Amino acid sequence: MSMRRVAIVGIGYTKIGEHWGRSLRDLFVEAALKAMDDAGVERVDALYVGNMMSASLQEQEHLGALLAGDIGLSGIPACKVEAACASGGMSIHQAYLAVASGEYDIVMAAGVEKMTDRLTPEVTLSLAMAEDREYVIFSGATFVGLNALLHRLYMHKYGAEPEDIALVAVNDHENAVNTPYAHFRNRVSVETVLSSPMIADPIHLFECAPISDGAAALILCPLDKARKFTDTPIEIEASTVSTDRLSVHERDDPLTLMAIVRAARKAYEKAKIEPKDIDFVESHDAFTILGVMTLEDLGFARKGEGYLLVREGQIARDGRIPMNTMGGLKARGHPIGATGIYQAVDAVLQLRGEAGKNQLSKAERGLIHSMGGVGGTVVINILRRAD
Amino acid sequence: MSVPIYWRESKYRYKLIGSECMKCHKRFYPPKRVCPVCGSRELKDVKLPDKGHVVTYTIIRVPPKGYEEYAPYPIALIELEDGTRLIAQLTDVDPKDVKIGMVVKATFRKLSEIGRDGIIQYGVKFRPLIENES
Ligand SMILES: [Zn+2]
Repeated sequence: MSMRRVAIVGIGYTKIGEHWGRSLRDLFVEAALKAMDDAGVERVDALYVGNMMSASLQEQEHLGALLAGDIGLSGIPACKVEAACASGGMSIHQAYLAVASGEYDIVMAAGVEKMTDRLTPEVTLSLAMAEDREYVIFSGATFVGLNALLHRLYMHKYGAEPEDIALVAVNDHENAVNTPYAHFRNRVSVETVLSSPMIADPIHLFECAPISDGAAALILCPLDKARKFTDTPIEIEASTVSTDRLSVHERDDPLTLMAIVRAARKAYEKAKIEPKDIDFVESHDAFTILGVMTLEDLGFARKGEGYLLVREGQIARDGRIPMNTMGGLKARGHPIGATGIYQAVDAVLQLRGEAGKNQLSKAERGLIHSMGGVGGTVVINILRRAD
Repeated sequence: MSVPIYWRESKYRYKLIGSECMKCHKRFYPPKRVCPVCGSRELKDVKLPDKGHVVTYTIIRVPPKGYEEYAPYPIALIELEDGTRLIAQLTDVDPKDVKIGMVVKATFRKLSEIGRDGIIQYGVKFRPLIENES
């Protein structure tokens, strides 16, 4: 079966932050309409909405039909896509398949999460639902706690210092200063990160992505029709998914996220490229340690040496592999189900040459890494400026 | 957690019962229906050893709903004597005394005072091995 090539021709997004006065539906509608305006379309043929926690935080499901109705498109095929924190990336994957298959021409891949409707203990429990509820979370473990197990083991095994790992958060904040839609636009120092309160030792508050509200949307269409909608189509060169045993204790090496290794390998193969052909990476660094491990499992550093890339400043905008060029999960923000879409927005802005003060000198191809749980689901999307 | 879920899983949670693959003899906790290593569907319940060591650990300072009264508490990735790994809470230990490699033993404890349905939840925690204890 021959698949069609697919392009992104429209983007829309809200500012990320604490939107006390606005609902999940309000945020979605703003992002969706902006994306349609950006592409110059009045309707789409299908809608996928990435979201993780509407059931537990809003007591609302059936987002597909609900939100299609909210943008005046009742009648189109629509559904929610859920893969924990990878829901947004998975929404892109589903939309990509829908267009590539030839079934639909214009498809919206959206994502939305409204986290501030509940108090922190309830949000903490909802986030922990990404893990095995009946055995792992039952013990009293939290999502940040599970990442902390890896953080401590990583330092113990490879000799990384707390400062090396904290630099991932420093880099995110540095890049978010110029990002108008970022949750936090302040710089932070390593000292600030490491003197912030401990959440789950050795993870400090400033090493965790914040609790954010936000929505973002993309318009996808076949590449050969893309110029009707935009002068700067961005091709999705590869969109791949892999899963792993859900819990870290079930894996042979807890410090290797095999879902990243597998999805990335397949994505490089499909795009006929190698890691060295990637100009920048948008990494799912919900916790600083994940940023370090991701560099290794994507093939930018050998296992156990990702922290050296960070220490040497190679993830900065002028480094060898710029990472999270618009602020990443820590500073741009992490509205769970929308995060994968925001990562694509960040990459599209870079590839269109619209990243403002953060514009990279060379941005032809970017890799987006979206992750659910502690590597239980990984989606890799490789984007490239179309010729 | 609801009453039916709690009741259904209590056997495995109370007694540390995992499963062993009859083909490749790998063991798992929690129990599996299909072996994730060799794909075999022949697995049987097996009582896991109650001693092991801490592979890595954390101290939970921001607990989930229902666990607030115990915080801060340690959570560890534990490797049992037969190589089976699991994640459990540590008890009877000052969080600052927890170490990688520490030898620990399973003990039956209360996990959460009020479950979602108002039930008191019990399960296995691990405590440091006492001197001269086998
Ligand atoms: Zn087996």
